[in-house]
Parts: sequence; structure tokens; C-alpha cells
Amino acid sequence: MKTLDVFQLLFFTGVLIVCSLPLGLYIKKVFCREATLFDFILKPVEKFIYRLMGINADAQMRWTQYAFALLSFNIAGGILLYLLLRLQNLLPLNPGSFSGMSPDLAFNTAISFVTNTNWQAYAGESTLGYLAQMAGLTVQNFLSAATGIAVAIALMRSFSGKESGTIGNFWFDATRSVLWILLPLSLIFSIVFVWQGVPQNFNKPVSIKTLEGVEQSIPQGPVASQEAIKIIGTNGGGFFNANSAHPYENPTPLASFLQVFAILIIPAALCTTFGKMMKDRRHGLVLLGAMLLLFITGVCLVTHFENAGNPEIAKILHRTSVPQMEGKEVRFGIGASSLYSVVTTSASCGAVNSMHDSFTPLSGMILMLNIGIGEIIFGGVGAGFYGIILFALLTVFIAGLMVGRTPEYLGKKIEAFEIKMVMLGVLVIPVLVLILTALSVSIDPGKAGISNPGPHGLSQVLYAYLSASGNNGSAFAGLSANTFFYNLLLGLTMLIGRFGVIIPVIAIAGAIASKKIVPVSNGTFPTTGIMFAGLLTIIILMVGALTFFPVLSLAPVAEHLKMMNGVLY
Amino acid sequence: MLREMKYAFKAILIFTIILGFGYTFFITVFASLLFNRQANGSIISGENGKKGSVLIGQKFTVPRYFHPRPSNAGSKGYDPTASGGSNLAPTNRKLIDNVKSNLEQVLKDNPGFKPEDIPVDAVTSSASGLDPHISIENAKIQAPRVAKARNLDLSVVHYLINNNTDKPLLFVQGEPGVNVLQLNLELDKVSKDISNERR
Amino acid sequence: MKESSKKQKRIFSSELIRPAITASFKKLDPRWMIKNPVMFIVEIGSVLVTYQFLKTMLAGNLNEGLFTLQITLWLWFTVLFSNFAEAMAEGRGKAQADALRKTRTETFAKKKTGEIIEQIPATQLRKDDICICEPGDIIPGDGEVIEGIASVDESAITGESAPVIRESGGDRSAVTGGTKVLSDRIVIRITSNPGETFIDKMIRLVEGAKRQKTPNELALTILLSGLTIVFVIVVATLQPFAIYSGTSVSITSLIALLVCLIPTTIGGLLSAIGIAGIDRVMQHNVLAMSGRSVEASGDVNTLLLDKTGTITLGNRQAVEFIPMPGVEELQLADAAQFSSLPDETPEGRSIVVLAKEKYGLRGRVMQDHEIRFIPFSANTRISGVDYNGRSIRKGAAEAIIKYVQAKNRPIPKELDGVVSGIAQAGGTPLVVVENDKILGAIYLKDVVKGGIKERFDQLRKMGIKTVMITGDNPLTARSIAAEAGVDDFLAEATPESKMKLIRQEQSDGKLVAMAGDGTNDAPALAQADVGLAMHSGTMAAKEAGNMIDLDSNPTKLIEIVEIGKQLLMTRGALTTFSIANDLAKYFAIIPAIFAAAFPELGLLNIMHLHSPQSAIISAVIFNALIIIALIPIALRGVAYLPLKAEALLLRNILIYGVGGIIVPFAGIKLIDIIITGIKLVP
Repeated sequence: MKTLDVFQLLFFTGVLIVCSLPLGLYIKKVFCREATLFDFILKPVEKFIYRLMGINADAQMRWTQYAFALLSFNIAGGILLYLLLRLQNLLPLNPGSFSGMSPDLAFNTAISFVTNTNWQAYAGESTLGYLAQMAGLTVQNFLSAATGIAVAIALMRSFSGKESGTIGNFWFDATRSVLWILLPLSLIFSIVFVWQGVPQNFNKPVSIKTLEGVEQSIPQGPVASQEAIKIIGTNGGGFFNANSAHPYENPTPLASFLQVFAILIIPAALCTTFGKMMKDRRHGLVLLGAMLLLFITGVCLVTHFENAGNPEIAKILHRTSVPQMEGKEVRFGIGASSLYSVVTTSASCGAVNSMHDSFTPLSGMILMLNIGIGEIIFGGVGAGFYGIILFALLTVFIAGLMVGRTPEYLGKKIEAFEIKMVMLGVLVIPVLVLILTALSVSIDPGKAGISNPGPHGLSQVLYAYLSASGNNGSAFAGLSANTFFYNLLLGLTMLIGRFGVIIPVIAIAGAIASKKIVPVSNGTFPTTGIMFAGLLTIIILMVGALTFFPVLSLAPVAEHLKMMNGVLY
Repeated sequence: MLREMKYAFKAILIFTIILGFGYTFFITVFASLLFNRQANGSIISGENGKKGSVLIGQKFTVPRYFHPRPSNAGSKGYDPTASGGSNLAPTNRKLIDNVKSNLEQVLKDNPGFKPEDIPVDAVTSSASGLDPHISIENAKIQAPRVAKARNLDLSVVHYLINNNTDKPLLFVQGEPGVNVLQLNLELDKVSKDISNERR
Repeated sequence: MKESSKKQKRIFSSELIRPAITASFKKLDPRWMIKNPVMFIVEIGSVLVTYQFLKTMLAGNLNEGLFTLQITLWLWFTVLFSNFAEAMAEGRGKAQADALRKTRTETFAKKKTGEIIEQIPATQLRKDDICICEPGDIIPGDGEVIEGIASVDESAITGESAPVIRESGGDRSAVTGGTKVLSDRIVIRITSNPGETFIDKMIRLVEGAKRQKTPNELALTILLSGLTIVFVIVVATLQPFAIYSGTSVSITSLIALLVCLIPTTIGGLLSAIGIAGIDRVMQHNVLAMSGRSVEASGDVNTLLLDKTGTITLGNRQAVEFIPMPGVEELQLADAAQFSSLPDETPEGRSIVVLAKEKYGLRGRVMQDHEIRFIPFSANTRISGVDYNGRSIRKGAAEAIIKYVQAKNRPIPKELDGVVSGIAQAGGTPLVVVENDKILGAIYLKDVVKGGIKERFDQLRKMGIKTVMITGDNPLTARSIAAEAGVDDFLAEATPESKMKLIRQEQSDGKLVAMAGDGTNDAPALAQADVGLAMHSGTMAAKEAGNMIDLDSNPTKLIEIVEIGKQLLMTRGALTTFSIANDLAKYFAIIPAIFAAAFPELGLLNIMHLHSPQSAIISAVIFNALIIIALIPIALRGVAYLPLKAEALLLRNILIYGVGGIIVPFAGIKLIDIIITGIKLVP
């Protein structure tokens, strides 16, 4: 890495952390019903929504009720989105006259957007009309993000609760997430993106004749409004196939900078919110510290490997090394592309400004590991927070025993039920990924999608299932995933990867909320210091390394070694 | 149970109205008032109608224009309805073959250069297939050819390259890039002005 | 305690090892193995590899056969070693149980029904039967003395040979079946049915027959099972990945990899650790009614300790004579000594000793006919002596004041100040009066046990709060509390106030431990999270507590807390060690099994192991041997130091975490050198 790269990375991280502090405090106020700047306009809207729905948003829910409300909300959203996608040809606002999606693709896409994955087995500009984009995808971009924030808040609440057994009200949490957090941020970022060049219109595709006289049809649409929530909600589903590499989605280096910033801002802020809710900022800072350590390491490694590039191409250009520019945009270069790739896989975003499939093998491995460890380096909105709490509980359990007490986190004892749920939540991703990847590379419908031969083919399939189960949505996009086989399996993977974590987390919240708080003493395992941050990092890496070591050594590691030896497939 | 489902459907409908329509339309109106050009796709119009979008790359093959990077958008490249990259792996023989043939093309187009002079962006395809930029080095190796084809002074071409280079803001990661469409448009303008003068 | 240190001495002794080896084979029964999911997987793996071995041999593939044979043997060893660890832990309890069982054999009871006395086997006794025990009789069952007093030999249970007194009424009425009456006749009411007696419970406990997984053990088992499931999937999916990559891995290698990855080290030792924890408590002559209570003692936040006998020596000592104005100190000392000569209580003796040491007054020879003792009576609360016209009395201040006032003699106004001064300093004043004239006061002081303050400092470091429970008034209590270094005290304690204190602490989320012996302690013992009942105490107390100290030494609570912590620490340390080991095993096995298809992966063979076969065998051997190597730690527990949690954690992480990463690299390399040296692999 060049010094400038390091400096720019530190600048980015600095801006991110500084901005996340006030936002974190604001989020705390929103959910603790303290006064905020926007109350005067949002409170009436909120009340109106509750009245229309006919609910009492003050009613406290037990974890089972909370989970059921959340599931209903997501099921309803999924059904409506599925219908919208299937029937878009019969509905207005479809200037491209696109036909309805096939059942399997619609199934896959509906699940994809409801689960905050935004895996796209289709190309937006040639498949979806404006109505499906805005009333379907944009809406679910908001709501799936709100679902994630709600779960995170419920979990935080459970730690501060004293033998209450209730964890809040889902409708309240979801509504406030949308109105107070996601909507204001989206408004700001939409306008900024338009300023940078992202289109926002309902025009028909623009037909032009190029200077050399070739016909070119340039698709348009309400891109900026969707772009903003795609990024803020760590959704990642692009308006266009090329996603944030498309000059219309991400026109300038500044836009790219703002996108990576916006992807991480809510997840980073939630750490502060957590610290504030626990009345001890250090609890949040410790999590943030572990995240930053992993994040900066990841960016440095990827930047290094991308700069080192592919020796075969260097040989053709008669040089010792050239940067890996295949699948990258000139305006972003190596630095901004590497940063974006690490950010998008650290968070469960999945937007890309360069094509991960063409990354050097070891960079690809880091991206896969980012997802494989559960996207807890900042992570998805809400999802990253509850993900890292699962690891914190695991760390506390293993390390806490070593101080000779029943492990406790924030004064709550961690016992068999919590560990059972933690194991479920932590292991659902590795288990799903390994089994389905093994299945897919063993049978023809799976192997048919692979576009790159050799070890990289294994990486492509592995990445697809990692992305789906981690609700990331980015891809080694050479894989032809719009087949019945992949639409179905990846759809199910997204579903299990999302709710297979959320439900255990809500169950943990329920169990934690009903526990007493053990006062801190000299004998308490400290969860605020550097040691805990270090242990947490090690446990995260160990779990990731132990589960994925074999398959990674056959895929990216083998590919890297072959590449260095000049082997081509 | 059923009651909760009823709430859920109501909530989805309410939010679809607020977020799907309210939010989107609000941004559309607001954006077209504030940044009308960008909101409508940054389209450049010339005398004979629309010339393209400043953000969307176009394909150029003739010597008098600067050539963009190799593209995988659509079968012929630079098709905005089919954005995307090659997605070729580093160990894929096709990638290496593509780089080799791209290099041959570049060397053929720009005689007098050796492989070690060619910047890597000139032989690799972009992520979107619509990359509007090329690197400054890439523009510089093409400058002699363009100057020759247009009978322009090399320094004029270099001046225009410099004029059409987009740089990232201070501290923000990214690389300077030369906007090919804008550069070519300006070249046409300059050539036209010169021929007008001569006339 | 002497006995217990003897028991602690050796972990591996031949009389324990032999039965343990037998037991390790018996435990191969899958119905037994399935209780331990991790080791059960290893057993299944062993069976599969055995089958592979037979298949290769029948196919006549000698080279492959030799390799598979070695893997087969070491996998079986892995299971056996784990069983052996458990058997060793159980063995120590079994030996104790056998000794206990002997006392239970065929005793007879003299059952009394109305006036009829009949001889029946002890096993036919039921609750509420009345029995008579005479000298030489074995008490037939647990019961309560309802009539008489006797000295009883309880060595069968406590290991203590000195006889104890058991009498009807009060706190010394409980008798235990299997103990022996030495003198006098007592009548007892049986309080438990056969099979439910104390000895039966004890046998069951030490044998571990009734052992249930403790909450924490359960949580850890879930964690280990989860990891096991993941590793099963990691290994099972490796084959399809290998096939996709154009190679394949032998079943033997896959199973070897699986066994190396799943947490066999902790999985194999987990139950041994639990059994050994209870056993360690027992070595301190404490009976834990469940593993749960031992585990809970590690979590204790608050220790309630009785002042007398725990914090202070049981007896007070005279430290000063304080005369009234106009009285010589010597005169007071003389009178005090004189009145205490016949007093055989420790307090009385300490007065004599003080007078002798400080004033040179020697004990006098007294003729019986010249002297009249007035013994202490609960009624007057005064004792004394009449001798040669001197009438000396001593007693509690109020009692003496009443005594003097009754004779219309003056009370010196200074007395009040002296008495309350002593009380404030934590002492007990005794007032001495001669011929109805108050001479002064004796300052009896509670003597805090040596080293107890340091003990409390350690507890504080560990984050445990100590509360002293005393019947003394707050003034006295405060001063003793300060001297002993306890964090808090409960003065003028009643059963109700004790209970209230426990509830209060518990509602703050704290775990409370206490010791007690009386019937009025029973509710508090039951309410406390760890209730240590004294064996000398009442049956009610013993029923209420979840641990019984056979030595009846309440200070043991502190040791029990340490054992509880040690138990949890041992589990945590070995889990960490086990998981950390996996890294080295990956580096050994992964390059080995893909050596043919991806020779480049040889780069990962950072240990430079000799050949793929030797790499796999070395990893498997290491994995098996580490279980044996860690048995002593599992049984003895990891070293416990009274440190702050942070320091303790750092220490254990360095030893078991960092050590867990480094040791296998060295170990596997070493084994590789040895087995290639002796040509076990090509």
C-alpha cells in the first residue's frame, strides 16, 4: 500500500467514527422516546400510522410475540413484492414494457429483498419497470433494514431490562426505524447523489446516436432515491446490473466515498447506541474496536493483493507487477475499489463498484471470510450488531469460564439456553454454505452455472452461498445464477440465513430480558477493555478459520498458488 | 395470529404509499428543481440531437477519436442496456487471451509503443462496461495517433486531455480519469473551429 | 484435614489405575458413549476406520493397511483414554463408597413399640420408628435423639476418631446411621427411610451414580456439540470439494481429520473434570449434595460468616484488668484470678493466665473444705467463690449491678464508662465484685483468627464480599469487623434478619453462601445459594443445606468457593486449549491429504512433516496423547490464584490459549520425527 492509500483509509475511518457518535446518540433517543429534532413532523405521522393499523404501539411484547410480528411483517412484504414482480406487465409505470418475472426468479428476488440480501439474479435495466423498482424494491429496502434495526434494538433493550421478560414492541421499533432514521438519511443522500450525477426521473430510455454513429439506448429511472436506501439500509440491490460500478449509480470518487460512508454509518452508530443504552460507552467502543481492527486489516490486505495483481498480465506487459484493473473502473482505481469491496462484504450490503469475480484469489478470500464470519465487521444495519453480540456471548462464555465464574455479559448470566441459541445463530451460515456448496459442485445443474474453470469455479459457488446466507447480495458474478436450481436453492438459503439468525437472536433477547443483573465486582470478567476486544477478534477469526479453512485452501488458496506458478485453466 | 398478519399487511400498504410513492416522487421533484441536468441523466445535446451522457462511455474505433477501455457491456461493448464486466478469474485462460489481443490492438493502433509503455487499463475491461474514463497514461499513448489523424499539434491534444481530466477531491480515494466522450467532443469542436478558420 | 491431605497426594496410584483400565473398556458400550456426543463421534469414526482397515487388508494392500491400522489403533486409544480419565475420576469416589458400604452391612435395630422392644434388621426401619441404642450398638439409621445423652464414634463418616456427644433437644440431637454408640443409652426417632439415609446419599454421591450434568456443564456440552456438528459438516463436505477439484480423499484420512478437529480434548475430559470437582470438595471432608452446588459456589458474590468459630477463635481471652477508682490493679487481679481458679472454661483459664503473666500471681493450692464454688448459672449469670471470709463474684455487668443493688451497695459511677468502653472496643466486660464491693472489670477480648484478614483480602480481590454475622451489639460487631477486615457485618443477628439479608443480596442479583448448624439456621441455609451445614448440627440444618462439612468447620466455605472457581476455570482452560489446537492440526493434515492434487499446498506444511502419511498419523497420535497428558490437570484442576479476574484471565489465556496454539505444532513435529525415525511410516 502506498502512504497515500493509508492516509486516505485513515481519513475515511476517522470521518466515519466521528459522524457515528452523534448518530448513535440520536438513535438511542429515538428508541428511548426522548425528544429529537424531527418530532414535530414525524410524531403525527407515526400516530397516524398506528391509528391506520389499529395497534397499540406501547404494548410490550414477549420474545415470541415480537418474533411473530416480525415474521408476519416480512411474510406480508414478501407476498406483495412477489405479486408486484410477477404482474409488472399488467401495472402502470413500465415504460420499458418489461414482462412479468418468471415464478422462480420472482421467488428468489422477493426473498432476496425481504431478507436484506438483494441478491440479483436479473439485470435491473433489462428486467424491471419503474413501479416494481420503487413500490417493490425501494420499499423493501427500507423495511428489511428497519427489521434489522428493530432486532438490534430489542436485543439492546433486553440487556438493560431487569427480569421483565418483554423486549419492546416490534411495530414501534420498525416504524421509528423507518421514519426517524432511514427516511431522513435517505432524503439527504438522494439529493447528494443527484448532485453527483445519479439520475432521478421517470423518463423513457434516452436514444442517442454516438459520435461514430452507433445507436445507443441509455436507460433512465428514479435511480437516486433507490440508490440512497440501497446504501443506507445495507441492501445493495442495484438499479442496474453493474450496480455501483455503473456510472449512473456511482458517478464520481466522491459519490463512492459517500456510499461506503453511508453503508457503515448506521452499523457503526449502533455501537454507540448500545454503549449509551448500557450507560457505559466502553461497551460499544469495545465492539467498535474489534470491528475496526478487522476492517482495517482487511482493507490493507485487499489493497495490497490488488496492487500486486496478476503476474501473468504483468508478464504480457513486460513488467514485474501491474495492478489488477480487470473489472474495475478508472475513476475508482485500486484504492477506492478495494475499500468498497471490503466495506460491502463487511457490512451485509452487497453493492459493488468493481467486479469481485476478477479480484486476485487472496483478495477474494478475504471478501469471502468477511461474509463467512457472519458480517460482523460493522455488518448490516442491525444485523451486524446482533451478529457481533452473538460472538461476544461466545467469547464471554469461553473466556469467562477461565476466570472461574459462570460467564456473564453485562451482568446477565450466559447459560445453556443462550449458548444453544448462540450456536444456532453463529453456525447456521457455515453449515448452510458448506452443505449447499458441496451439493452444487457435485451435480450438473449446479456445475452448469460455473463460468470460470479450475479452483475459481469452486470459489464462485462458495461465494454465491456465502453471499446468500449472509444476506450480502454481492457475487462472483460470472456464475449464471438465474436458473431454476440456483433461484430455488439460493432463495431458501437467504431465507434460512436471515431468519435462522434473527429468531435465535430474539429468543436470546427474551431470555436475557428475564434475567437478573449481577452487579459488577472484581471477579467479573471485564468486557470493556482491550483484552476483551482482542479476545473477541480472535474468537471471530478462529470460528471463521476453523470452518472455512479446508474449502478455502481448495479454492482461493489453491488458485493463488496456481496463479503464482502461471497455471491457467 | 391472524390479527398480527392483518396488521402486517396494513403496515406494508401504508409504507408502500409513504416510501414507494411519496418518497420517490418527492425526491424526483426536488432533484429536478435543484439539479435538473444530473437528474435527467447528464445528457449532452449537440446540434444534431443528443450526443450521449457524459457519464456513460461510448465505443470509439476510428483513429481520430480517443478509444475507451475494452468493454463487456453487450456483445459489441458499451451497450447501456447490458452493463457488466467480464467476470473472468485471474486464472482463466480467456482473460489472459483477451489481455493479449487487447494489447495487440493497442500496439497496432498506436505504433511506436512497446508493451511496457501500455497502461493496464488499456488492456483490461471495466466493471460496468460503460466506464467513461481512461487513465491519463492511456490518453497519452493515444495522443500522437489522434493528433496525427486530426492534423493537430500534439500539445493541443495534451492540453485537451488535461482539460478533460476528472480528479478526485482531496483525501477521497479514487484516480484521475480522462472522460473520453467529452474529450472527443472537444476534439471535434476544435477540429471544426480550425477547419472553419481555414475556410 | 490431615486425612484429606493424604488423599490428595497421588493422582495415579496403582490400585486406582487397574480398575480404571477395565472400566475404560466397559465404557465403550455405545449406550454409555452416547452421553458424550464428542467422544461418541470418535467411537463411530473408530468403527468405520476399523472396517476400512479390514477392507484394505483383505484387498491385500499392505502399505495402505499399515497406515490404516495405525490410525485405527490411535482412534481407539483416543476413546479409551477419555474413558480412562472418567474412570480415574470415578475410581477415587468408588474407593470411598466401598468403605462406607461396609458400615451399612447387616446392622440390627432394637425397635421400641410402646413398651415392647424387638430386634429387627435395620433395613426394615421406617420413618418415625423409635429405637434404643446402647453402648457398642451401631446406630441403625438417621435419627434424632429424643431421650438421653451418649458419646458417639462418627469416624465412619467424618474420619475423625474423637467421639462426639449426642443428646436430646438442642442442636446436638442428630445421629447418623452407621455410627457407633460408645457410652450411655439413647432413644432415637428414625427420620429417614432405608435407602434415603445419609450414608446412602453419600454412597450415591461419591459413586457419581446420581450425577446429573450441571447447568454450566450442560451449556458447555451444547457448545462442544455445536462445534462437533460443524466439523462433521466441514469434513463431510470436503470430499465433494475434493472431487470437484479432481482428487479424492480416503475415508481414513477424513475420519482422522474429523477426530483431530472436534474438541476431543475437552470432550474427553469434561465429565472427569466435573467428577473430580466434587471429589476435591470431598477431600476437604465436605459432602456436596450436587455438582450444581459446587459450581454455584464458584459464582458466590457474598459470603455470610458466623463470627464465632469462623472469624474469631471460639473463646474470648482476658487481656486487661480495669480497676475502679480507689482499687489497686493488683487487688482486682487477685480477686479475678481467685474467682476463676475453679472455672474450667477457656475464658476462666485465660483470666488465670493473665493474672500470672502480668502480675506474677501464681495459682494457689486450695483445700476443699475451706472453699465453696458458686458455679455459673443461667439464672443469675454469675459465678464465684467463697473462701475464708472472702466472697468474690464475677459476671456480666447488668447481672453484677443487679446483684450489688440487691444488697443496697453503691455502684461506682465510673463503671458504666469502663463497661461501654470495653464493648466499643469489641470486647466483653466481666465485672468483679468482692464482698459486695465492685472492684473493676475484666476485659475479655474476641481473638480474631490468625491469617483470616489476609484471607478476606484475597476474597475481596476475587470480588467476593464478606459479611460477618454475630449476635453481638453493633458497637462490638463493628470493632471486630474492622479488626478482621470483613466488608460488612450483621449485628444482633436473628434468623429473620439473616434471612432478610440473604434475600436482599439475592434480589440484587448476587449469589450468597453461608454456613450454619442450628435448626434456626435451616431457613437461611435453604435460601442461600450455597448452604454449608455443619455435620455436628441438627438434621434440619443438614437437610436444608446443599453441602455438609463433616469437620464442622465453617471456615471451609472459603475453600469451597475456591474449588468451585477452579472447576469452572479448568473447563474453560481446557476448552480453549482444545480449540486452539485445531490450527496446528489443519496445517498438518490439509496439505497432507491434498499433496497429490495440489502439490502447491505443500506451502502450508509449515512444520515440514516427513510425508503425508506421517503427518496424519502424527496429528492423530498427538490428539490421543494430549488427553492422557491432561488427565492430571483435569483431576487436580488448574492452578488457582486469588487474583483479579483480568489478571487471572490473562494468565490462563497465555498458558492455555497461546500454549494451545504452540504446543501441538511442537508436539506433532516431535511425533513425526519419532515415527519416521522408527520407520512406522514409509
